[in-house]
Amino acid sequence: MTAFDFVFYVFAALTVASAVVMVFSRNVIYSAVGLLFTFFGVAGIYVLLAADFVAVVQVMIYVGGILILLLFGVMLSQRVTKVELRTGTLQLVPALLVVGSGLVVLLRVMYKTGWKEVPAAEFKATSATIGTLLMTDFLIPFEVVSILLLLALIGAAFIARKERKT
Amino acid sequence: MRELVSSVTSSQSFLSNLPEFVIALIFIAIAAVILTTVAAVLALIGVYLERKVSAHMQDRLGPMYVGGWHGWAQTLADAVKLLIKEDIVPRAADKKLHLLAPFLVFAATLAAFAVLPFGRQLIVSDLNVGVLYVIAISSLVVVGIILAGWASNNKWSLLGAMRSAAQIVSFEIPASLAVLVVIMAVGSMNLGEIVLYQEGGIHKWLVWKFFPFNLIAFLIFFVASLAEVNRAPFDIPEAESEIIAGFHTEYSGMKFAMFFLAEYANMFLVGAVGATLFLGGWSSPFGDFMNSGPFQVFWLFAKAFALIFVQMWLRWTLPRVRVDQLMYTSWKVLTPFAFLAMVGVGIYMII
Repeated sequence: MTAFDFVFYVFAALTVASAVVMVFSRNVIYSAVGLLFTFFGVAGIYVLLAADFVAVVQVMIYVGGILILLLFGVMLSQRVTKVELRTGTLQLVPALLVVGSGLVVLLRVMYKTGWKEVPAAEFKATSATIGTLLMTDFLIPFEVVSILLLLALIGAAFIARKERKT
Repeated sequence: MRELVSSVTSSQSFLSNLPEFVIALIFIAIAAVILTTVAAVLALIGVYLERKVSAHMQDRLGPMYVGGWHGWAQTLADAVKLLIKEDIVPRAADKKLHLLAPFLVFAATLAAFAVLPFGRQLIVSDLNVGVLYVIAISSLVVVGIILAGWASNNKWSLLGAMRSAAQIVSFEIPASLAVLVVIMAVGSMNLGEIVLYQEGGIHKWLVWKFFPFNLIAFLIFFVASLAEVNRAPFDIPEAESEIIAGFHTEYSGMKFAMFFLAEYANMFLVGAVGATLFLGGWSSPFGDFMNSGPFQVFWLFAKAFALIFVQMWLRWTLPRVRVDQLMYTSWKVLTPFAFLAMVGVGIYMII
């Protein structure tokens, strides 16, 4: 086992274990904590794939933005201390059917695909390349996404603040 | 780091028999122990400085008399007291998260230390995205603080945590924009390269570049970093007169000490990051004079502690701001000016 494999399995175990905690816990806050460690595990795997920029942005956006907003929302809601989640099983047979067919499809894809082994990616600075590509080849998608985000921002602000009628 | 590892393993034959990742783990462990010790000692120095600075600012006589010569022993007594105090966990608290929160806060602070360049070769991990890494990992502190506030099951704690989260998330925006100005000027997010760019004397520091836009960016970064480490005048998350002690009201003993250490280590961190980004980091202000080996560490510490002194100076002279004033500062003053500085630097770079 090389160092690469070892670190990969550590991060993979972290990701899967914390994802399990997140899904099965009955407490919203515990789920959020599980999600936190899932994000870190995924970020670690990104680092292993030599995508340092994506890894850091993953932590920044998902932990620094989304997770904190999530926790914030939960705490602003009522009955802060005991938000019980229903994680019981409903509709067992249909659920098993859907999940089972999904599993079959995924497994087939996994075994039918001819996987190619690529040499391990070299660690080099990716951020400069990403920046250049965003400003040249992918300028239109980049601008469209920023306009979309701006629209979402304005929409959210519009819905959130109701003008007081006097 | 990689070169260091390979040079050590080649010189010591018994080490080269071990698998690569074991050696890497050993080195990581050594670096972590050194960093933790440095952070703890820095926090102690910070506490002592805070006591002395506040005493001089406000004519307090105590710190001259209590604890030996200029009160040096008082800080050690404080540390021992924190170590041997009983650890009280409220019965209604969420035990697991109550335990996890201080570790998260402390670990996030320490993790950010890993990319700080203390000297030309003295850097634990020379990341290409160092600046972004610092911004990203410090958001983990917020998660820790929110969990601390929630797990304590106390209204003061929750209020403090909410205030802290709102404050840190808002001030992260002007701080990141101000940092962007530096990245634009240097063309790299590697903290080591940012310092190398500024090497060669005080006139090459990034504060003076693109006058006055980088100066504005530095001031914005400094104010925002004050808010991010919950220092006065932005200390509303732990405003004693309103919400007891904020998110760490229900913490005692060693767990409280973790928050305390993290706060002072964070002060040093933002001071050192500010010094690295705008004030030349470890490079000497006199060009080649005194710009080698241990002096580099000295310069970084001197610059960081100068910024820490200003932080303390502000704390003991300014009153605390209100929540709405805080949000006003962030969104209506700092953010637009940060954008202005960014556009200004962009124009400078084009013409």
